[in-house]
Amino acid sequence: MDQRLMQGKHMEKILVLLHTEADGSLGRAARECLSLAASLGKYDLAISGADASAAANSAEGSAERILCIAADEFAVPRSSTDSAAAEMLIRTSGATLVLAPGTSRWSRALPMAAARLGGVIDTHAVGLEVVGDSIQVKRWFYRQRIEGTVARSGSPWIVVIEPGAFTATEATPRQATIETQSLELAVSPRTTVEGTISTAAGEQTIRPDAALLFVAGAGWTKKQKDGQVHFADAADRIQTFVHKSKCSLGSSKSLVDLSSEGEAVLPFLTHLHQVGQTGSTPRHRKGLATCCHGEEPHVVGWRFINERRAVNLDPNCGWARGKADVLYVADAFEVMKELNALLD
Amino acid sequence: MPYQIIVCGGIAPDPLQTLEPAMGPAGPALKNEMMLPAVFDPWAAHALYEAAHLARQFPGSSIRVVTLAPKAKLQQVMMTVAQKLPFELIPIDGPGGGFTDAVEVSKVLAQAISAIPGIDMSQFLLFGGWESATRGSGCVIPMVAARLGIEDCFLAVDELKIEDGALVIKERVEGGLLQVSRCSAPPAALAWATGSLPEPPNHPQTGMANMRAMMPALQRAKPAGLTGEGFSVPQATLPAQQRQTQVVKDKPAAEISRELLEWIKG
Ligand SMILES: Cc1cc2nc3c(=O)[nH]c(=O)nc-3n(C[C@H](O)[C@H](O)[C@H](O)COP(=O)(O)OP(=O)(O)OC[C@H]3O[C@@H](n4cnc5c(N)ncnc54)[C@H](O)[C@@H]3O)c2cc1C
Repeated sequence: MDQRLMQGKHMEKILVLLHTEADGSLGRAARECLSLAASLGKYDLAISGADASAAANSAEGSAERILCIAADEFAVPRSSTDSAAAEMLIRTSGATLVLAPGTSRWSRALPMAAARLGGVIDTHAVGLEVVGDSIQVKRWFYRQRIEGTVARSGSPWIVVIEPGAFTATEATPRQATIETQSLELAVSPRTTVEGTISTAAGEQTIRPDAALLFVAGAGWTKKQKDGQVHFADAADRIQTFVHKSKCSLGSSKSLVDLSSEGEAVLPFLTHLHQVGQTGSTPRHRKGLATCCHGEEPHVVGWRFINERRAVNLDPNCGWARGKADVLYVADAFEVMKELNALLD
Repeated sequence: MPYQIIVCGGIAPDPLQTLEPAMGPAGPALKNEMMLPAVFDPWAAHALYEAAHLARQFPGSSIRVVTLAPKAKLQQVMMTVAQKLPFELIPIDGPGGGFTDAVEVSKVLAQAISAIPGIDMSQFLLFGGWESATRGSGCVIPMVAARLGIEDCFLAVDELKIEDGALVIKERVEGGLLQVSRCSAPPAALAWATGSLPEPPNHPQTGMANMRAMMPALQRAKPAGLTGEGFSVPQATLPAQQRQTQVVKDKPAAEISRELLEWIKG
């Protein structure tokens, strides 16, 4: 559930700091941040990136002041230009509290801006609360194992909001015409952004919009009851399921380590699929783990998966110990074959 | 061209340990924190292996590891890490847990790096882990970079290649994609994700040689002097949720798959 800051007695001057996507739109995380801010009352809005001022017009209606940086150099995600833009926008706004979405772009640039502004920063915020007349941020420590709150007195305080932690409401049209103030900033970047590539030969990785996360563990590559390994069958079961169900595909560390060591196992799995302490912590409504033991360093990556089921041959595996809702003690090769047939 | 590589990396409790927060007068800590076995922070360890890989390709390169951690614990961790590759350790004695302020830690690290004699910015690469396994803020490397005047910072890096002196870097971004960037030359900061290198095997001779310099450095380690001013963690608790796992045995695969289908569609 959203843990929103109730419009209340806090003394902060709030700035919502966003960037546009490559197509000039505002992404989901940006909209989540905007609706969080709207629930707090007054705020100013600052946007950098391609078509920033057009994006400002499409944004939620209650901003009191709008600042933009939209020159071409600020169109691509890059630390030097993004941090310079963020620094200038925050400085110009005079904000004491800055709310920004935790995109890869802002995660790279905002700590740099905080350092240059002599400010402070907290990331992965999943809740905000007013305690007395000040604000506290809820976040996780030790890779999703301990939940805590952070209080600060420094300023400006940049709070980077975890995508998916708050819901985005529909944007309401702007109430009054507020002039968008465009800022100029000279930069001479030493880095060029060449684009993005997908690593896994066309294979799906974590897709935030999917309802289901399917996780493959190292058991898919282990000797089975006939004493043999069955890589081709494993690849077929996993890929068929991913394609038919349109789910997100994750993996345990053991399995991606095997793949990356060049063994002819399941080459479509890379470290980008890895869920867990040194992998990702995706958000999905449901998760199905197969051939994966469910050890703590893996399962901390499941913190934000609401309903969890697992298929494992071992009734004493980690999932059995309060980590899954249902553990099917069964052969995943057989179960997934049947399930794929049902999905036809 | 040789590189001067500085790897910032802390220590973290062994991930297989059970962690429990305990509130003290100065805020939370982990129960029995000093007794918990520790490891070199996993993503920082990847940064270190990548540093070694780069240094091997460019003779004359140097690797220094700057670590803020309780020095007794750090010494234990170094017994293993020092066996992996040759490097110089610059220890700073202080708390290594997750409930310290990333902002203050970044100041201490930047000061320690600024005090190293002979740093040449045209050869300088700041390495570290993307996020620690303790605080998990992902802020320290970009903040240290900014404090050192480095403008080109890369987060969640999986690959670095040198092409005609330029740094070609792949970073993880949304949607399972890698962003490819080309930075004309050092200085640059790279906060590493997993990269692609396996953990190097232990090499006892390297360990012994490293430890000869590390032991006196550890003895001399200056206190970090963290004050925690303006920062507090008023609350730290274990998540309440513990599931009542239903263990289903002896059900035919066909039946399980029907049940799963219903659940997926529901
Ligand atoms: C510093 C550190 C960080 C780590 N970070 C991560 C991380 O981010 N993510 C992560 O995943 N791990 C991480 N780990 C590793 C973690 O502790 C486990 O070793 C790993 O998750 C185990 O992967 P696995 O369950 O796929 O493999 P295994 O432990 O090998 O388990 C395979 C499972 O498959 C089952 N199986 C075999 N055949 C079948 C079949 N036909 N049907 C059904 N089940 C079958 C077996 O019963 C077994 O339980 C980390 C460890 C350390 C030390």
